Amino acid sequence: MPKHDTPMLDQLESGPWPSFVTDIKRQAAKNEACWDILGQLELSYKDKITHWKHGGIVGVFGYGGGIVGRYSDVAKKFPGVAHFHTVRVNQPSSKFYSSKILRQICDIWERRGSGMTNMHGSTGDLVLLGTFTEQLEEIFYELTHDVGVDLGGSGGNLRTPSCCLGKARCEWSCYDTQAACHDITMTYQDELHRPAFPYKFKIKFSGCPNDCVAAIARSDLAVIGNWKDDIRIDQAAVKGYINGEFPANGGSYSGRDWGAFDIKAEVLDLCPTGCMWMEGDTLKIDDAECTRCMHCINVMPRALRPGVEQGATILIGAKAPILDGAQIATMIVPFIKMDPENDFEELKDIIEKCWDWWMEEGKNRERIGESIQRIGLPTFLKVMEVEPLPQHVKEPRSNPYVFWKEEEVPGGFERDLAEFRKRNPM
Amino acid sequence: MGYDPQNPMKDRITDIGPPHYEQFFPPVIKENYGKWLYHEILEPGVLKHVSETGAECYTVRIGSARLISTSLINDYCDMADKHCDGYLRFTTRNNVEFMVDSADKVQALVDDCNAHGMMPVGGTGAGVTNIVHTQGWVHCHTPATDASGVVKAVMDELFDYFTSMTLPAQVRVALACCLNMCGAVHCSDIAILGVHRKPPLIDNDTITSVCELPLAIAACPLGAIKPAKGVNSKGEEVKSVTVNVDRCMFCGNCYTMCPSMPLADPEGDGIAILVGGKISNSRSAPKFSKLVIPFLPNNPPRWPETVEAVKNILEVYAKDAMKYERVGEWAERIGWEKFFEKCNIPFTDKSIDDYRLAYDTWRTTTQFKFTSHIK
Repeated sequence: MPKHDTPMLDQLESGPWPSFVTDIKRQAAKNEACWDILGQLELSYKDKITHWKHGGIVGVFGYGGGIVGRYSDVAKKFPGVAHFHTVRVNQPSSKFYSSKILRQICDIWERRGSGMTNMHGSTGDLVLLGTFTEQLEEIFYELTHDVGVDLGGSGGNLRTPSCCLGKARCEWSCYDTQAACHDITMTYQDELHRPAFPYKFKIKFSGCPNDCVAAIARSDLAVIGNWKDDIRIDQAAVKGYINGEFPANGGSYSGRDWGAFDIKAEVLDLCPTGCMWMEGDTLKIDDAECTRCMHCINVMPRALRPGVEQGATILIGAKAPILDGAQIATMIVPFIKMDPENDFEELKDIIEKCWDWWMEEGKNRERIGESIQRIGLPTFLKVMEVEPLPQHVKEPRSNPYVFWKEEEVPGGFERDLAEFRKRNPM
Repeated sequence: MGYDPQNPMKDRITDIGPPHYEQFFPPVIKENYGKWLYHEILEPGVLKHVSETGAECYTVRIGSARLISTSLINDYCDMADKHCDGYLRFTTRNNVEFMVDSADKVQALVDDCNAHGMMPVGGTGAGVTNIVHTQGWVHCHTPATDASGVVKAVMDELFDYFTSMTLPAQVRVALACCLNMCGAVHCSDIAILGVHRKPPLIDNDTITSVCELPLAIAACPLGAIKPAKGVNSKGEEVKSVTVNVDRCMFCGNCYTMCPSMPLADPEGDGIAILVGGKISNSRSAPKFSKLVIPFLPNNPPRWPETVEAVKNILEVYAKDAMKYERVGEWAERIGWEKFFEKCNIPFTDKSIDDYRLAYDTWRTTTQFKFTSHIK
């Protein structure tokens, strides 16, 4: 029997998209607390305001993060959600699961929590949504002892890294995103579980510039797969596309009649650098002019493949607007090898240089992207021991407000006014 | 056995991280790891990947509400056990994927998904896939709108675009319930953003005991908060802050830092719409989304104004844009003045940037189109 009337939420049970209301009601048959989730949410729909109190500091011993505390401000009405803490569970790389492990986690959560989840949080964690403080250690004990899975991150620390599905099921991945994500997560467990940073720090791994995990927008340090040599062309397959044997873009556009495939209009003319042309029925690419945007490869996946000299580009500093405005990550290192054999040594060197600097220089609650803006990209490049390159800018500066270091200028900054006046009297 | 509260550090296991991903690979994935040659989308929601070994992997993608119960997860597990050797995965947009290793196993899987009622097949190619979204009124303390309800209302209306591939390019819709923008709102084709429109209240009965005032002051992007003496309900003078209302743009970051500065308001709060962001590097560089509708009211449970606005933008884009063109690429090609005209969205001063680097967004050229805006 429903514990509360939910006339507004009931309206979200109709329509074709899976209804979270229907799902919560079904779960309520197993766990009474779910009626209170709906009851409080209905009240929020009526009042048009949240009914969760500010903040909440809870956790498990040994860790400084991983659990987001939450308390209802109408707990008398909805005792089932008086405490409604969220447990972040570290997901396996690219979110492949067996039914066995998911059922194990569900079993713990049905006994000790609301039975509601987020699959998954935006950062990647498997989110267990809603439990009481006294259950937290019990849940952590069972997760670590019985399932063999740890908590994810929260607070001023390394948050849970995540990756695209990479080489597991994509022909474009330029490095092993899952191995890298797993290795980095395991290497920096201490930085993930015990906040030691000025603010949060996220790392994301995408296998190519299509960036399916949105690393360039959603991580402080983005590792995006790239290649250095020539795009591999299968000329027979190019002909296949021209003759209409293969659908453009793997068939992504098949729901509408866009006419016959036109390689000039759909590939050559859309290339951002104009570095492609046809010689007879042979496709030519001037690879030195290619910026590896992926468009031609996306359109003709059977004919074109990334080169074989593969690695990753490192971009740093993406963040949402608070405080100083949103940032997309800035290209810092054009190309590194991503080698599981040497435990991603080059990447770790970059990560640790970043952290060494930012942990000293970063202000309280200042994302690394803001620290770089405040202190300047030239200084950051020095810290990172990266030579300044034209690739570091979209365009050179237009203002002339240039800093010079004293040692860069002959004679230095120490000057004698008397000497100056000898030649240039007032 | 089990956790002992008397000896909390006894038998404690820490720093074990996530389980290793490889143990969850279906055999066809494990055997063809790094060997994939090409892929095709056979129909909306069904992908085929072909390996250099000749092996094939077929993937069926289904939509999910993200906020889901263990009962539904168990249904996913049943589906995986029945068709996929017990393996499944979740995507970066919170869809679910089931994989099989031969073409003749696909139809039964698709049929079972469609018969379930909560597992719509789709989300591939040039359509609208799942909406990346946040906690809203289900779990968060700083939202200006709900997440799950708005997403359900929008996806019901755009459902046909989830199950088809008829658009000029893929359209990424995202929602964040406040401008912390957890998720992808700042870089999405169409973004739904919860916004406040009233400055914070100041609770002088609690502020001294629950807030670090310097943190609240430093939390303001516009320097609108200053230390000040306040008077509590007993008439006593306390250390507090003032908010310069003329400088406050209602971001809510002071409330994030200080529980005594709440700003949520039923009439003040609502939704802004941003468009034209993208993440991929394909053709054009990644772009931020831009604010085109400054305010729509919160109107639960179905947010009709928001649903209508999103649908309108999507459909004008679908009709007008060229093949492969993302929403932002289209708007920039035709010019934002044409975007507003074609979408019949009133242009207001709220869309003109006035924050720090705003100048870069003003029009410093004689190049513009005469539209209905110029009388």
